Amino acid sequence: MYKYTIKRVFLMIPTLIGAAILVFGLLRLIPGDVCALRMAGEGSFVDETAIEQCRINLGITRPIWEQFLSFVWGFATFDLGDSMWTSRAITEEIGLRFELSLQIAIMATVVSIVISIPMGTISAIKQNTWIDYVVRTFSIAGIALPSFWLGILIILGLLISTQAWLGEAWMPPIEYVDPWKDPLGNLSQLIWPALATGYRYSAVATRMTRSALLEVLREDYVRTARAKGLLEKVIINRHALKNAMLPVVTVIGIEFAFLMGGLVVTEQVFNLNGLGKLFVESVTNHDYSLTQALVMLVAFIFVVTNFVVDIFYAWLDPRIRYS
Amino acid sequence: MKAKASLTAVAALGAAFATSATITASAQETPVRGGVLSFVVGSKIPSYDGHRETTFGMIHPIRPFYSTLLRVNPDNPQSPTDIICDLCEGKPQTTNGGKTISFKIKSNVLFHDGTPLTSADVKATLDKIIFPPETIPSSRKAWYTQVSSVDAPDPTTLHVQLKRPLAAMIPALASPFNFTYSKKDLDEHGYNWHQKNINGTGAFKFVEHQPGAFVEGARFEKFHVSGLPYLDGFKAISAPKMSVRLQAIRGNRAAIEFRGFPPKARDDLVKALGNKIKVQESNWNCLMGATPNQKLKRFQDKRVRQALTLAFDRWGGSRYLSKIALVKTVGGVTFPGHPLEGSKRWLQSLNGYGKDVRASRARAKKLLQEAGHPNLKVTLWNRAVDQPYKVVGTWYIDQWRKIGAKADQKVLPSGPWYAGLRKTRDFDVAVDFNCQTVINPTIDVSKWIKGAGNNYSNHTDQKVTDLYLDMLNEADSKKQYQKMRTYEKYLLSDEVHYMTSFWWYKINPHRSYVKGWKIAPSHYLNQSLDQVWLDPKLQ
Repeated sequence: MYKYTIKRVFLMIPTLIGAAILVFGLLRLIPGDVCALRMAGEGSFVDETAIEQCRINLGITRPIWEQFLSFVWGFATFDLGDSMWTSRAITEEIGLRFELSLQIAIMATVVSIVISIPMGTISAIKQNTWIDYVVRTFSIAGIALPSFWLGILIILGLLISTQAWLGEAWMPPIEYVDPWKDPLGNLSQLIWPALATGYRYSAVATRMTRSALLEVLREDYVRTARAKGLLEKVIINRHALKNAMLPVVTVIGIEFAFLMGGLVVTEQVFNLNGLGKLFVESVTNHDYSLTQALVMLVAFIFVVTNFVVDIFYAWLDPRIRYS
Repeated sequence: MKAKASLTAVAALGAAFATSATITASAQETPVRGGVLSFVVGSKIPSYDGHRETTFGMIHPIRPFYSTLLRVNPDNPQSPTDIICDLCEGKPQTTNGGKTISFKIKSNVLFHDGTPLTSADVKATLDKIIFPPETIPSSRKAWYTQVSSVDAPDPTTLHVQLKRPLAAMIPALASPFNFTYSKKDLDEHGYNWHQKNINGTGAFKFVEHQPGAFVEGARFEKFHVSGLPYLDGFKAISAPKMSVRLQAIRGNRAAIEFRGFPPKARDDLVKALGNKIKVQESNWNCLMGATPNQKLKRFQDKRVRQALTLAFDRWGGSRYLSKIALVKTVGGVTFPGHPLEGSKRWLQSLNGYGKDVRASRARAKKLLQEAGHPNLKVTLWNRAVDQPYKVVGTWYIDQWRKIGAKADQKVLPSGPWYAGLRKTRDFDVAVDFNCQTVINPTIDVSKWIKGAGNNYSNHTDQKVTDLYLDMLNEADSKKQYQKMRTYEKYLLSDEVHYMTSFWWYKINPHRSYVKGWKIAPSHYLNQSLDQVWLDPKLQ
C-alpha cells in the first residue's frame, strides 16, 4: 500500500506538468494579447508606445521558455501572481468569487436532491404507468433545456408576472447579497439560479435513481423480503433505496465538482460574480496569468480527487494494490 | 389601455426629441438632494488609472471620484465645442501668439484626503500624462506632442507652453481620462499607485470596489462646487450581458446605463414601462466603416476600393439599420454638427454618397470589370459583437453582393479580430471604427494618416499625411474647413483608404426619476454625476 501510494503521488507530477504545458501553449496560440485588447479595444486613440510598454511591464515580450518557467515556478511555490487585466493578486480574485460559487453549488445540489430522489423513486415504483411517463418526460425536458435558457425564462417570467400582479416589475438582485447580512435577500437572489441549474442536474439524477432502483428491486434479497411479507414501504425505504443510492451519490458528487466553476452561462444570465464568470472574462481578456491559474487550480483539484479515489479503491480492493 | 398605448407610441416615436424635452424640464425643476443612483456598466475595470486606461468600463464608475482641468459643459454636452473649466476659473487665456495657454486654478479645491489642490498638482498630473517616464504607459500622450512644458509659477496659475499654436489643444486637455492626481501622492507613492488607489477631488469619495461586482461612492461634502453633488452616493454595478442591463432597468435594480442600447431594447423598455422611462438620444462620436487591406494586391487597385464604396446605399441603409442597430447618421470623417462637418450636398458629391444608387452600382460593376475583378472575392473581417458590428457587417456584405462581389464574413472574438488588424494584417476588408471622447475632429481624423497605430489599411500614401498636416496647421477656420474637405475627398472618395458608413447613434433609456443628466455625444463624456439628482415624486 505504501509503495502504491508513493507511485500515485509521483504520477500526479507529470499530469500537472502536462496540464501546465497544454494550457500555456493553447493560450498563446490564440491571436491577440491583453494589452492590445485592454488599451485599443474600444477604438479610441491610444499611443502605440503605451501598448508596447504595457507588454513589457506584464512580461509578455519575454522569451516563451522564460515565461513558462516563471509560471511553473510560481505554481510550484503556490505564488499564483497577479491578474494581467486588473493587476490584483489572483488569490484575491478567486477568493472573492469562491463563496458565491460554493453557495450556488450547494443550493443547486440540494434542489437537485429534493427533486430527483422522490421523483426517481416514484417513477421506478410506478414503472410504465402514466406517473412514470410524466416523471420521465419531466426529466428528459430537464436534460434537453439548457439551464441558461431556463434562467432567462425565469427572469422574464418574474418581470412580467410581478408587473402584472404588483404593478412594478421585480427581478432578483444583480449584485451579490451576503447571506450573513441579509439571508432573505441572499435567498431571493440565489434561489432562481439554483432552481435553473438544480432542475437540469436533477434530471440526470432522477433517471439514475430510477434505473438503479429498478435494478435493485429485481434483486433476490428484495424478492426474499417480499416473500417474508414485509410492507412495500419498508422494502423500498430500508432495503432497496439505500442500495440504489450508491451510483446516484456518485453522480451527484461529480456534478457538484463541476458546478464549482462550471456555471459559466448561468452566472452570466443572473449576473453572478462567480468563478465561471471569472473564467470566461479571463479568457476573453487574454489574461494569461489568471486563466493559467484557474485551469491549474481545476487540474489540481481533479488530480487530488483522483488520487484520493485511487487510494480508496486500493484500500477496498487488494487486487489493485498488488497489480 | 388606449391612452397607455398611445403614450407608449408617442414616447417611442418621439424619442429623438426627448433630449431637448429633458433639458427644458430639468432646467425648470428644483433639484432634490439625496438618494443613491444605481447604474449598470457593461465593461470591466482594468485599473483606476485614467491616464493609462481607455475603456468606459473604468470611466463610468471611477470618473465621479475625480475632477479634470477642463470638462465638456454638463449643461450643454451636445455642443461639440462647449468646453468649460472644472478645476480652473473663468476661461483659459492664450498669449505669446497662441503658444501659451494660461489657467487660473481654483483655490477652494480639496482632495478627498483633505490636501488642498494647487496648480502644482495639475502640473504634476499633466507631466505624468504628457512626459511620463519610459516605463509608464500614457495612452494619449501623442495628443500633446506640441506641448513643450507645463509650468506652475504660483499656486493658482498654470501655463501650458506649446511649440506652436494649436486650437485642438483645449479639447485635448478636456479629456475625461485626465484625472487630476495629487502631487503628494505621485511623489510619495510613484506613478503606479493610482492603478489601485483613489484620491481625487471629484464630487464623490471612494467607498468600496468589489472586483467584477460593483463600485460604490459617497458624496464628498467638501466638493469644490457649492451645493453639489445632489446624490448621497452611487453604485456602479458590473453587468457584462446586455440583457441583464436591460432587465435591471426594467426591474428597477438600476436606474440607467450610460453607454447605450439598440433601438429594439429602447422600444421594449418604453413598451413595458411607459412614462416611467425617459429616452435620451444623440449622435455618437463613433464612426463605423470598413478598411480595405492594401497589403493585398487586389485592394491596391483604387478602382476596386472605389467599387466597394460605391456599392453602399448609405441613405437607404441608415433608414433601415437605425431601426435595428445603434447606427444612424450618414456622414463623412467629421462629427455631425461640428463646424468642420461637410454639408449634405458636399457629401452627396463623393463616391458612394449619391442618391442614385443604381447609377453608383452600375459604375461599381464597371470599375470591377476594368480592374479585372468582375466577381471580386471579399471576406469581411468582423468582430463577434452584435451591436453594431455584426448587424452592420452583414449589411456591408449584402451591399457588396449587389455589385457582383462574392462577399462573406469571418466573425471573430475581439482578441483575434484585433490581432488580425494589428499584427498578422492578413484580412481582406475589416470592419473598422473610430470612437473618440471629446469631439476634436482635427485630431480624431488622424487615424487615417500613413503609419498611424490605428490605421489598419496598410496604405503607404504620403499624400494623406500631407493633406492632414496642412489642415491641422491651418489657423484660419474657413480655410481649415476647406482643407478638411480636400482631405476627406481624397481619403474617402478618390483613394478610398477607408469606407465610412454611419455614425453611431447613442440611445439612453433610463428611469424617469433620474434627472440632471444630459446625454453627451460620447459614452466617455459627462460622467462626473455631480449634477445628477433623483426625483422622489417619480421614484
